[in-house]
Amino acid sequence: MLNKILPVAVSAVALAALSACGSGSAAAPGSSGAAAGGDAIVMGFAQVGAESGWRTANTKNVQESAKTAGIELKFSDAQQKQENQIKAIRSYIQQKVDVIAFSPVVETGWDTVLLEAKRANIPVILTDRAVDSEDKTLYKTFLGSDFVLEGKKAGEWLVENSKGESAVNVVELQGTTGAAPAIDRKEGFAEAIKAAPQIKVIASQTGDFTRSGGKQVMEAFLKSNPDIDVVYAHNDDMGLGAIEAIEAAGKVPGKDIKIITVDAVHDGMQALADGKISYIVECSPLLGDQLMDLAKKVVAGESVPERVVTEETTFTQEQAKTALPQRKY
Amino acid sequence: MSTVPGTTTAPGVLERVRGSRLLWPVVALVALVVANAARNPGFVSIRLQDGHLYGSLVDILKNGAPTLLIALGMTLVIATRGIDLSVGAVAAIAGAVACTTIAGTTDPTSAGAVTRGIVLALVLCLVLGLWNGFLVALLGIQPIIATLVLMTAGRGIAMLITDGQIITVRNDAFREIGAGFLILPVSILIALAALGAVALVTRRSALGLLIESVGINPEASRLAGLRSRTIIWTVYVFAALCAGLAGLMISSNVSAADANNAGLWIEMDAILAVVIGGTSLAGGKYSLSGTLVGALIIQTLTTTVYSMGIAPEVTLVFKSLVVIAVCLLQAPKVRERFRRHRRTGPAEPTAGVASWSADTDGPSAPGHPVGQDASPATAPATNASTAPKQKVAQS
Repeated sequence: MLNKILPVAVSAVALAALSACGSGSAAAPGSSGAAAGGDAIVMGFAQVGAESGWRTANTKNVQESAKTAGIELKFSDAQQKQENQIKAIRSYIQQKVDVIAFSPVVETGWDTVLLEAKRANIPVILTDRAVDSEDKTLYKTFLGSDFVLEGKKAGEWLVENSKGESAVNVVELQGTTGAAPAIDRKEGFAEAIKAAPQIKVIASQTGDFTRSGGKQVMEAFLKSNPDIDVVYAHNDDMGLGAIEAIEAAGKVPGKDIKIITVDAVHDGMQALADGKISYIVECSPLLGDQLMDLAKKVVAGESVPERVVTEETTFTQEQAKTALPQRKY
Repeated sequence: MSTVPGTTTAPGVLERVRGSRLLWPVVALVALVVANAARNPGFVSIRLQDGHLYGSLVDILKNGAPTLLIALGMTLVIATRGIDLSVGAVAAIAGAVACTTIAGTTDPTSAGAVTRGIVLALVLCLVLGLWNGFLVALLGIQPIIATLVLMTAGRGIAMLITDGQIITVRNDAFREIGAGFLILPVSILIALAALGAVALVTRRSALGLLIESVGINPEASRLAGLRSRTIIWTVYVFAALCAGLAGLMISSNVSAADANNAGLWIEMDAILAVVIGGTSLAGGKYSLSGTLVGALIIQTLTTTVYSMGIAPEVTLVFKSLVVIAVCLLQAPKVRERFRRHRRTGPAEPTAGVASWSADTDGPSAPGHPVGQDASPATAPATNASTAPKQKVAQS
């Protein structure tokens, strides 16, 4: 009996998985109507997936920007798999699109497919994430955030706002150990606060970019360090967790302990507007307009810089109140 | 938990303490707390803050509650010679369902919304537990494979429910489960109540014995007339319910459901807690008080890392060293060597087995009638065999 039930169960699961894939990749490459070679520039965009609100905002923004810029977009969702992304890029090459843009799922393993694109004379733009390749001619430019700069901006604000104080004790909530944003945001912040000797990072621990991680670490920090003036969290979520811990300790976030975070997602902006967070450095997914500009230049044969940093800003509490209603993510 | 060596001089009790499998885990737990207190005396201080207890030890209880609850379900599953890898994913699903339900109602701050969210979440967990039990008990798929299905797929389900977003809820009633206090954290009270209930049900009735016999020899149990399928099915459902409740605590603690990260790797922590507590992965005898100590050790380790300021890069190494030490100290063979080194006489071949049953009768957990079924024949035997060694060691 088992022998009969098992294959049925397995195939049922497989079918369910298949249908899930089908619904996910509704916007598979080549689904757009018009053929390449018309007046409009055709861009093939291979997205990582839809793993977070940040990424969803990124996808929407690219699609909208393409529409306003008059660029025909062929969009594919790789569902966090490199092989899907390589397939998508190959199909863009076969369709002879004018330019290919993609956010690499991982850093390595792109040389072959990028070489194919180069031989077909299709320029490639990297967005948001870099690739680790020795041959820099395989892609035209890399458009994305500069995490070191984000850390610096956070540090500079603190230096600016702690002038005249004798001692400022900072605790740092790091991102996932070894992740590029965590390493770079720590480095940038440390560099910026060198300018003010009164600012000291007295404890630094990873909160894994999550709310519960941020809360647990902050709870422990509050007990082992009686004098904490500032929390620097590598993303909003850990900052939100820290708020809960601070409130549970009977202190007022934003007054007794100031919080600086990076990202500016909706919940973080809300807390900033509520006065619980003091300052947020934006890490913006809205790079669509810049991407379309770069695409036009690249297709026209103009030279573009090898590295373009996303246009990002910072928010104080006042700015958050005005910006919040129009936030897209 | 009162198994601090030296608290009593009655030889019978002392022997049993020394023979107890719980001895080293408890020593490790106490050592961790002492090390913390030495480094930072504030670690053990507890004060009243806004009408509830406040301090590092309270944090350990609060944050350790989800692990304890999941480890509790895991203990029973492991006792039947099974394993449940899907508990982390189930926890994520429970949090996701509760938070999306609460956020989706017309008045997300009402208590009614919370009730609906919690009931829906737990019912879904019940179904997931039934699924696991179906695969293991009825189809006879190996537990590690059967639950792996839900471990991977479950997080996908949670993502589907939350649409990949972090769902934030602002509801005071919901907050109570994971972040609330009735002098003590509500979460640990729930977890301890569950532990007490399981101890009562399995140790005051034959159920515990039946679970163990299924774990020791499923075929023999079946031939002896036990409904082993029903028992196995039940423990998987119970494990899923525990996981669901833990998932509610995790999401309630931060008032948000994070499908990607909630309960990530908690199944490993739970299995570790069970193993540290002295329950064998081969099935059979299990120790609930051991699981309690194991879960507390794991959470204390995490808190220690944070409050001692151990660099994140070496955190995992530190944790693994402590865990390896505890596991080694517990292993019957190592303990045997340890005794011989202290020249306390020749080792008897049955010592490992005998000490195992001795701990179940031990005074280690007042209130938890652990191991009522310990064979009366072996317990006195242990006392008899260890008694002479005791005298030598004390002289």
